Amino acid sequence: MARVVVDVMLKPEILDPQGQAIAGACSRLGFEGIEQVRQGKRFEVEVEGEVDEAALAGVRRLAETVLANTVIEDFSVRVDS
Amino acid sequence: MTARVGVVTFPGSLDDKDAARAVALAGAEPVSLWHGDADLRGVDAVVLPGGFSYGDYLRCGAIASFAPLMSELVPAARSGALPVLGICNGFQILCESHLLPGALTRNSSLRFVNREQRLRVETTATAWTRDYTEGQEILVVLKSGEGSYVADEATLDALEAQNRVVVRYLDSDPNGSRRGIAGITNEHGNVVGLMPHPEHAVEALTGPSTEGLGFFTSILARLGDKTPAGV
Repeated sequence: MARVVVDVMLKPEILDPQGQAIAGACSRLGFEGIEQVRQGKRFEVEVEGEVDEAALAGVRRLAETVLANTVIEDFSVRVDS
Repeated sequence: MTARVGVVTFPGSLDDKDAARAVALAGAEPVSLWHGDADLRGVDAVVLPGGFSYGDYLRCGAIASFAPLMSELVPAARSGALPVLGICNGFQILCESHLLPGALTRNSSLRFVNREQRLRVETTATAWTRDYTEGQEILVVLKSGEGSYVADEATLDALEAQNRVVVRYLDSDPNGSRRGIAGITNEHGNVVGLMPHPEHAVEALTGPSTEGLGFFTSILARLGDKTPAGV
């Protein structure tokens, strides 16, 4: 079994009010120099056997159909080492 | 024959009973549909009600959009044949199914908004708004946490150019929706999605007005004469 990680982030042009709220809290709490925060999601997908190109392609398909809404989100897929 | 309008129940649907009641008050026969059955039971139109299907897990409406019932509904709706109204979570499901463009995101205020909301009906050329007059202002209920409508500029321009913005928010901006959009339709005018709740404004006893009823009487009129929507 191997683990593939899918990171999903709102596209840069989509407003992220949650990230903005976190950034606001940072300055209130004294964390200086934080200019911007954007919040995303991380999915850990366990796959059978070795992670070959075919397995990765399957996870990419999963990401674009289910895990991410590509209207508003970008995603990246990588093998967890 | 009385028109039969299906109301789908997903796990976490809240407003299916209210939607069925609105359908009945309009004079149609409500038909309960179950998300897990790939069977539309021969209904003439479908309402996807509000609520929190699957607890809003992953994204609002995302998991519901893959329900067995949706595998029957999506092709029928996409072809223009089946009228579908998505209210609140139903609108989110329609966007997640790509029956409607764009997406609903977290309210810009980060707060759940629950209020009486004035809307302007921008087009009557849909299966669900033909009983209104263009520019008519109606008072319904808005109650949502992820109701901020977003789409890229090209999509927004196309929606406006093709007269596919169905309702727009009046008064103060409730959620940061682009161009004040509260509801839209597809290219055939048979699929309409909106965040506010017309089904909660159908009786004086429980609603702020009865001005939401027009969505449900519109579909009766449409089914009565079988005129294609958008004509």
